[in-house]
Amino acid sequence: MTSIQANPSDHADDQGHDDHGHGHDPNLAHHFESMEQQMDSGKLGMWLFLATEVLFFGGLFVAYAVLRARNPEVFSYASQYLDTIMGGINTCVLILSSLTMALAVRFAQQGRKGLLVLCLWLTMGGAVGFLVIKYFEYSHKIHDHLVWGGTFYEPVDESQKLLLETPEEALDTPLVTGPREANAAEARDIAMSQIVNRPEEAASSVKTAALGPAGLSAGPAAAEAAIEETESDGHSGAGHLADPEMPVGTHLFFGIYFCMTGLHGIHVVIGMGVIGWLIWRSQRGDFGPKYNTPVDLGGLYWHIVDLIWIFLFPLFYLIH
Amino acid sequence: MFEALREFNTMSHDTTAAHATHEDHDDHGLGHIVSYGTLFGIGFALLLMTIVTVAVRYVDAGELNMPIALGIAGVKATLVALYFMHLRWDRPFNALVLVGSIAFVVLLMIFVLMDTAQYAPQVFEGNAPKVQEVLTVEAPGAPIADQSQLP
Repeated sequence: MTSIQANPSDHADDQGHDDHGHGHDPNLAHHFESMEQQMDSGKLGMWLFLATEVLFFGGLFVAYAVLRARNPEVFSYASQYLDTIMGGINTCVLILSSLTMALAVRFAQQGRKGLLVLCLWLTMGGAVGFLVIKYFEYSHKIHDHLVWGGTFYEPVDESQKLLLETPEEALDTPLVTGPREANAAEARDIAMSQIVNRPEEAASSVKTAALGPAGLSAGPAAAEAAIEETESDGHSGAGHLADPEMPVGTHLFFGIYFCMTGLHGIHVVIGMGVIGWLIWRSQRGDFGPKYNTPVDLGGLYWHIVDLIWIFLFPLFYLIH
Repeated sequence: MFEALREFNTMSHDTTAAHATHEDHDDHGLGHIVSYGTLFGIGFALLLMTIVTVAVRYVDAGELNMPIALGIAGVKATLVALYFMHLRWDRPFNALVLVGSIAFVVLLMIFVLMDTAQYAPQVFEGNAPKVQEVLTVEAPGAPIADQSQLP
C-alpha cells in the first residue's frame, strides 16, 4: 500500500496525528475514505488469499483421502516410521508461535513497540524451531530411503544390499529382528523367492559360496553387520525392504507425506520472510494504534499455516 | 448504491473520521483488541487438546480413532480461526470466505471419493506388469505383487 511522503513537520510522529498538509493520516492511501475502511479492505483481501491457500492444500488433502481409502494397510503400516512425539512437539511449537503472533498484533494495536518486536522475534523462533525438528525428521527418513518413488526400493548401502540378497539360511541371525522374529519363517520364504526370481544372481551367490570360507563368510558377515545397527526406534538395520509385513505400494505414503509436509514447510519459510519484514518495519516504528494492518495480515497468514498443520498432524502422525 | 456498499464494508462505529475518538480506552485505534485472558486461555486450550489427541492415539478405540483425532483438530482449528484470527469480532463476510472455501474443498472431496469408489472394481491390486519387471531386477527388496487378478 502506498505511503504518502509529504513535507515533514517538526512535531510529526509516525502515528499520524500530524496530517502532513494533506488532511489525513500519511498511511491512508488516497482511494480509501478512512483508515478503518482501508483496514477492512486489507483484511478482506487477505481472507480471499487465505481461501486460495485452503483450496491449495485442500486438493492435497483430497489426494490423501483417495490414497488412504484405496490403500489403508499402507498407511497403517507406514505410520510406524513417523515419530508421534516429534510431531506433537512441532504442533505445540506452532501453537505457541501463533499465540506470540496474536500477542504481537495486540501490542501493535497498543503501540508498544518493544513488546511487539519481542513477540515477532518469538514467533520467528517458533518457526525456526519447527523447521529444525522437521530437518531431523526429514534427514532421518532420507537416510533410510523412506522417500517417494523408486528410491524407496533401493537398498541404503552396500551392506543392506548384501543382506537383502543373502539367503536366510546363510545368516546366523534372522533377517528381521525384534517383534517380528515370529515371522522369521515367512521372511526366509520371501528372501528365497527373491533369489528364485533372479536366477543369475542366485548362481553368482552360489559360486561365491563355493569359493570357500573366505568367500562364504564375506557376504553373511557383512550382511549381519547391517542387522547389528538396530535403530533406537525399534527398526532393524535391515530396513523396511527386509520387512515381510511391508505392503505393496508403501512408497505412496512417503510420497504424499513429503509432498504435503514439504509444501507446508515451504509456507513456514515464506512466513519467516513475512515475519522478518514485519520485524524490520516494527523496529523502524511504522506500526501503532492508528496503523498496524501489515502485522494483522501477517498474523492471519501465520495462523493459516498453523491451521493447516493442525490438520496435517493427526492425518500423518496419529494413524493407529 | 455505493453508499450501501460502504456501509456494508466498514465496521461498527467510526466510519468517516480520520482521527478516532479516545473515549473507548484501548479501542481508540483500529478495531477490537483481544484481551490477554482470551489469548492465553485459547493458547492453553489448544496445547491441552494437542496433548489429549496424542494421548488418545495410544488408546485403541478401533474405528473411532480417526474421527476423534480429526474432531479434536476441527475444534482446535475453530478456536484458532475465531479467536486468534479475530473472526469472532470481524464482520461476518470474512468468516463466510473461510467457510466457503472449506465447503468447496469438502465438495471436491465428496465427488472425487465417489468417483474413486465407482472405478474401484476395475482396479487390480499390485504393480503394473512393466513396473513389476523393473522391480524384480533392480530392487531386490521390493515386495512382489499378486498378479492373479490380472484381467
